[in-house]
Amino acid sequence: MKMRYFLSLALALSATGLHAQETGTDQSPGSAPAPAPAHDRLADRYFDPAAMARAEAVMMNEHGNLTYSQFRADLAEVRVTGPDKGYHFEGEAWTGNVNRFVVATRGEGDFDSGAEKGRFKEGEVQALYARALGPWWNLRGGLRQDFGPGPQRTHAMLAIDGLSPYRFDIQGALFLSQRGELTGRIEAAVDERITRRLVLQPRGEVNFSVQDQPDRELGSGLTSIEVGARLRYEFTRQFAPYVGVLWTSSLGRTADYARAEGKSASSASLVLGVKLWM
Amino acid sequence: MHFPPMNRRHLLQGSAALALSCVGFAPVAHGATMPATPELAGEEITLRIGQTTIQIDGRPARAVAINGSVPGPTLRLRQGQKLRITVINELTEDTSLHWHGLELPFQMDGVPGVSFPGIPALGRFTYEFAITQHGTYWYHSHSGLQEMMGCYGSIVIEPAAADPAPPAHDHVMVLSDHSFVHPAGILRKLKVDPGHYARYPQTLAGLIAGRDQPLKTRLEFAQMRMDPADISDVTGKVFRYLINGRGMADNFTAPITPGAPTRLRFINAGSMTFFNVRIPDLAMKVIAADGQPMVPVEVDEFQMGPGETYDVIITPQDRAYTVAAEAMDRSGMARATLTPRPGLIAPVPPLRAPVRLTMRDMGMDMDMSHGSGSMDMSMRSQANAPDVKLGPGVDMIAPMPVDRTGDPGLGLDKIGHRVLTYRDLVAPEQNPDPRAPQREIEMHLTGSMDRYLWSFDGVTMSEAHHPVTWTTGERLRITLINDTMMGHPIHLHGHIFELMTGHGDRSPRKHTVIVQPGGKVSFDVTAIEGDWPMHCHLFLHMAMGMMRVVKVRGA
Repeated sequence: MKMRYFLSLALALSATGLHAQETGTDQSPGSAPAPAPAHDRLADRYFDPAAMARAEAVMMNEHGNLTYSQFRADLAEVRVTGPDKGYHFEGEAWTGNVNRFVVATRGEGDFDSGAEKGRFKEGEVQALYARALGPWWNLRGGLRQDFGPGPQRTHAMLAIDGLSPYRFDIQGALFLSQRGELTGRIEAAVDERITRRLVLQPRGEVNFSVQDQPDRELGSGLTSIEVGARLRYEFTRQFAPYVGVLWTSSLGRTADYARAEGKSASSASLVLGVKLWM
Repeated sequence: MHFPPMNRRHLLQGSAALALSCVGFAPVAHGATMPATPELAGEEITLRIGQTTIQIDGRPARAVAINGSVPGPTLRLRQGQKLRITVINELTEDTSLHWHGLELPFQMDGVPGVSFPGIPALGRFTYEFAITQHGTYWYHSHSGLQEMMGCYGSIVIEPAAADPAPPAHDHVMVLSDHSFVHPAGILRKLKVDPGHYARYPQTLAGLIAGRDQPLKTRLEFAQMRMDPADISDVTGKVFRYLINGRGMADNFTAPITPGAPTRLRFINAGSMTFFNVRIPDLAMKVIAADGQPMVPVEVDEFQMGPGETYDVIITPQDRAYTVAAEAMDRSGMARATLTPRPGLIAPVPPLRAPVRLTMRDMGMDMDMSHGSGSMDMSMRSQANAPDVKLGPGVDMIAPMPVDRTGDPGLGLDKIGHRVLTYRDLVAPEQNPDPRAPQREIEMHLTGSMDRYLWSFDGVTMSEAHHPVTWTTGERLRITLINDTMMGHPIHLHGHIFELMTGHGDRSPRKHTVIVQPGGKVSFDVTAIEGDWPMHCHLFLHMAMGMMRVVKVRGA
């Protein structure tokens, strides 16, 4: 503090007329105007301008404009206990840099629930353009196609995803089906590093539907909620098997649809899976 | 000049002693003898750039070598001589050589697309210029990521008037980082997983055990979406650190004479590594920085960024010494031995505790924030940087950047011995151009950690269609403000500038300056006609766009 006081004193003194003694970099800058920006290439004087133009284009492109890509499976798991024994996957592939083209998919199937033994239950694939809104958030827009044995809708979708304060991964999406039904999904996850390789990931998801959709067994309002915690071991950052617990529940009228079919509205299960990317 | 190559027995003894010193580096025994870095002199020099395989501690690594060697030949030149260097490209891609720190006509500066068209595969190019300076400099490829694969070498220029009392020994120490993985693969990993090479993350286990930062600090950083353990993008997880192309076990060894002064010329040719350089039990007298003479100043350690050079004088006793060049994030070390007799080695110091960022590194000096009511203390305010494009590539604007030229560098502020700061450097003679700057230009160093984007003023090189324009001969003050949580060594081609450190017309002259995280640096420079790159010398930051072309035109 004292030091800063003297520093400001010195600055104040220098402003009141000790100027003449300042030399070199101690002097304050003037306010000369900047020249007009030059757009010529000086090297054209010495080398073939066409060759320089090509080299400049390559140089510009190589310094900030290359594209990258990734495939990743955020969840690839089997749910080994509970009434909903089965498998579940979520992942995406993207290419781009700041803005990206994304193909995302998720889906699930049953192992052994009676007549539906080994059956793929439901899935969706999304084709999206992701545009960066700022350093943390992206706007994603595109189409979603449902697949599997159930009703298959095509949706236009709009989503926001990104990193919130305290480093939560958040995604919120709205889907408008070709029949005009509006549904939505909000997901949040956070990585808590326990040791250098052991990471606990609490994760939650909430789904809702604006309309009643009996064929999809969705009631209006909140349709389902899922809360889980997965503990992964990072053999590498690219390959991390995990074990976790998961609790899912249908809500409101969606739960009524489930109960009418003799299914329980909520269930808990132990999951085993792997998170990986390449 | 150099010792006969160590035989296998010596090497094994060395490895055993190394293991005993508990650094945790596995001893590697291999029979390969490593040739000394070749030297070239004269007015006509030919350099061939080609692919090769080098051995690092007995393990093969792909490299781009110059005349088959990593580092390439040391060019021993004399001030005032003319130089014709023919570079022959034996690669299957374009290449180039840039003469880092030399004042020369811009068309000889060697940056493809800026100073010349580059050297095509199997082509050649002849550089021709006069040597006007003296001191320690270096050269490296400015094409793709070839520098990261070993395409660099040192330049030692003797003054026109011979030193009346030359040191007993004069050794070049080229510090570098090398990977067994292709650098494009490293960049891609950082792009899709920016924390990929994190070596010492802070953990819950650490918090419970009382290690590292307290919960409050961790939450402050988490709230900002920043990681205080993120010191270096690329770490010892994927790098080996080298001195003159030798790894820890290879142990580059150079002779000393007890009681006689020896000059060591340190060059940081690392692509992504700041080094902390020290010689345990031996003081170093810094006599030059970036090739420019300095009033001698004695220190025990100094931090150097990629692109910087430091010349030091040591006066050893009758024993061996270890030159320890520790990566700033403490994830690894480069090591060499100085010894009066072949076969001696000295203990290798262990790696020190990992470094953590503080609020000062985020451009929030808490001490100074009292009573700054009018200041916008938010972490990303346009008001604090009106000329920055606040896009996805800018995750932070330092609310209170401070002059950190008096700081020794990340992790070296409380280590109990003398560490060099920029403020310790004083030019022995009056600066050649002591005029007051006619105008000031502020440039912000910007980035987005989670997107791995790097830029000036929020604009990458690939987007920068509005070049920085200066007028020939004008005196400028350039102020660099670091709005990121990483240090950036900024290099201006073709110019030697005067660093504003309170030394008036004896300001230290440099060509590369570290701007500490959340800090700012000003220098005065006299513009020389030409098209000159200015960029971060962390090569992957440059590749992501932290670069500008400065166009200097006649009035």
